[in-house]
Amino acid sequence: MRGKNKIFYHNFLPYLLLLPTGIYMGVFIGYPILETIRLAFTHPYTGEISLYNFQRLSRDFHFWNALKYTFLLAGIVIPIQVTLALGVSLLLLRRFKGSNMVLYIFLIPLTISDVAAALIWYNILTGNGYLNRILINLGLLKSPLHFFGYQYRSMEILAIVITEVWRATAIVFVIIFAGLQMIGKEYLEAADVFGASTYQKFRYIILPMIKPSLQTALIIRTLFAMQIFGVVWILAGRDIPILAGETYYWQIELKNPNVAAAYSLIIACISIFLGFLYIKLLKPEYLER
Amino acid sequence: MKMYKGEALKMILTYALASIIVAWILVPLGLIFISAFAVPKEYYNIHKLIPLAFTTENVYTLLFVLKAWKSTLNSLIVAGLTIAISFALGLPTGYSLARFMFKGKDTFKLLIIGLRMFPVIVLAIPFTVIYLKIGLADTLIGVALAHTAMSLPFVVLITSSLFSGIPVDYEEAGMVFGLSRFEAFFRITLPLALPGLAAAAIFVFIMSWNEVFIASVLVLVNRTLPADILVSALNAPDPLKFAAGFIMVLPAMIFVFFARKYLIQVWGITIR
Repeated sequence: MRGKNKIFYHNFLPYLLLLPTGIYMGVFIGYPILETIRLAFTHPYTGEISLYNFQRLSRDFHFWNALKYTFLLAGIVIPIQVTLALGVSLLLLRRFKGSNMVLYIFLIPLTISDVAAALIWYNILTGNGYLNRILINLGLLKSPLHFFGYQYRSMEILAIVITEVWRATAIVFVIIFAGLQMIGKEYLEAADVFGASTYQKFRYIILPMIKPSLQTALIIRTLFAMQIFGVVWILAGRDIPILAGETYYWQIELKNPNVAAAYSLIIACISIFLGFLYIKLLKPEYLER
Repeated sequence: MKMYKGEALKMILTYALASIIVAWILVPLGLIFISAFAVPKEYYNIHKLIPLAFTTENVYTLLFVLKAWKSTLNSLIVAGLTIAISFALGLPTGYSLARFMFKGKDTFKLLIIGLRMFPVIVLAIPFTVIYLKIGLADTLIGVALAHTAMSLPFVVLITSSLFSGIPVDYEEAGMVFGLSRFEAFFRITLPLALPGLAAAAIFVFIMSWNEVFIASVLVLVNRTLPADILVSALNAPDPLKFAAGFIMVLPAMIFVFFARKYLIQVWGITIR
């Protein structure tokens, strides 16, 4: 009896332990995905299966703007974040007194939400904000700079970009820094022996070796960028339409879960597509074969 | 001598850059603290470079006049429930992945890793429809169950990595001396993994505390703090917005200060 029990445990225990997570994923992730698809392809008034929601979107200029601005913001923010994260990583790789402190401080924004980060930068950039205070008190400016409001949309984009760079560069940094730390010292020392310049070391050793980390960082950041919401909603509202913001607007303000689901589905499809694209485009190169 | 000069210059440059990085992060944080506690009159006087008179009035008004203490409490409840649910589900899974070899393990792990990247906001809309049917609409437990979708993959990956780091020999030794597998786990492995698990719990707390999209779609009455701010911030006077920003930032920063070493380890695991 005891022996039988043991065999039972040995064969089934691992699966038994997976079961709660498995059930959860089925009920709370798998089923909702199917439900999203069902909602998106259901006519909101007749309840029939139809392409109505997508046709409606394609005629709505807000949709095309949301698509444009979501990609525009990602296109501006991500290159800045990657460059900055790479720079800070290279700096912190040279261990100096207090470098650990700098590391911890640079990671603080990882814990700060998009909403809070937006309020933090609103505090600096608004009419009574510290940027205007400094410029006016130094006599450089007569009347305050305006960052917010429909007529200042390009400044709103600037404010969003600053906030996103401040808030979310840390996650790119964590990934790239981890990748950099794994580069063997021998490679760089060998390069020194052969008289390689700093640029050559960066271009031919560091860059190829951190390509996998760069790939991970780019995928994670791009997927998050497709879901950008809190920062834009606080700083610009619907002045700058974005995909997640429109999803929220259709769901909460217009109470139309079908069109909202269509938006969700589009966000999911773009994310999956971009994920695959990065994996295809950024195949790692190896120094040693 | 020349070499020495170059080194010194490099050092100065390094520290200059490091100071800029530190200021870039800390100055905006310091300024929201100042604005949250500034006397509104001083804040609105643009000819003062920095407000120098302080008050707790803004935070008090936000919390007790506008009743943000309720949404703060809701946020804490949701975060607590999310931690409880995602650990109850994820801990056994993490243990199973760390300790056993079985068919389908790699597929399951890949599924978890893929899920980590899944855009969870996609789930928010169907949740509203499903919750209406099963009576979870507008409930905090509903939000926590949705937040679990976001945190569960991380909990599984982190716990599995933590348990892998504790030698299986300890458990086996315990079992030789008559403990059952469960006793061995609870008396030996779990206590050893506790600091890491605490860091993982903080990680989940921050995720849930900060999440705004799902929370504001799922709950319209019992709002969580970020959802509350998202809706009411646009109409509130500036000093109250800054008080809100301060309250949102505070707990995460306290946690990070105490658990910084472990958190870096945890972040390391989640991105692998």
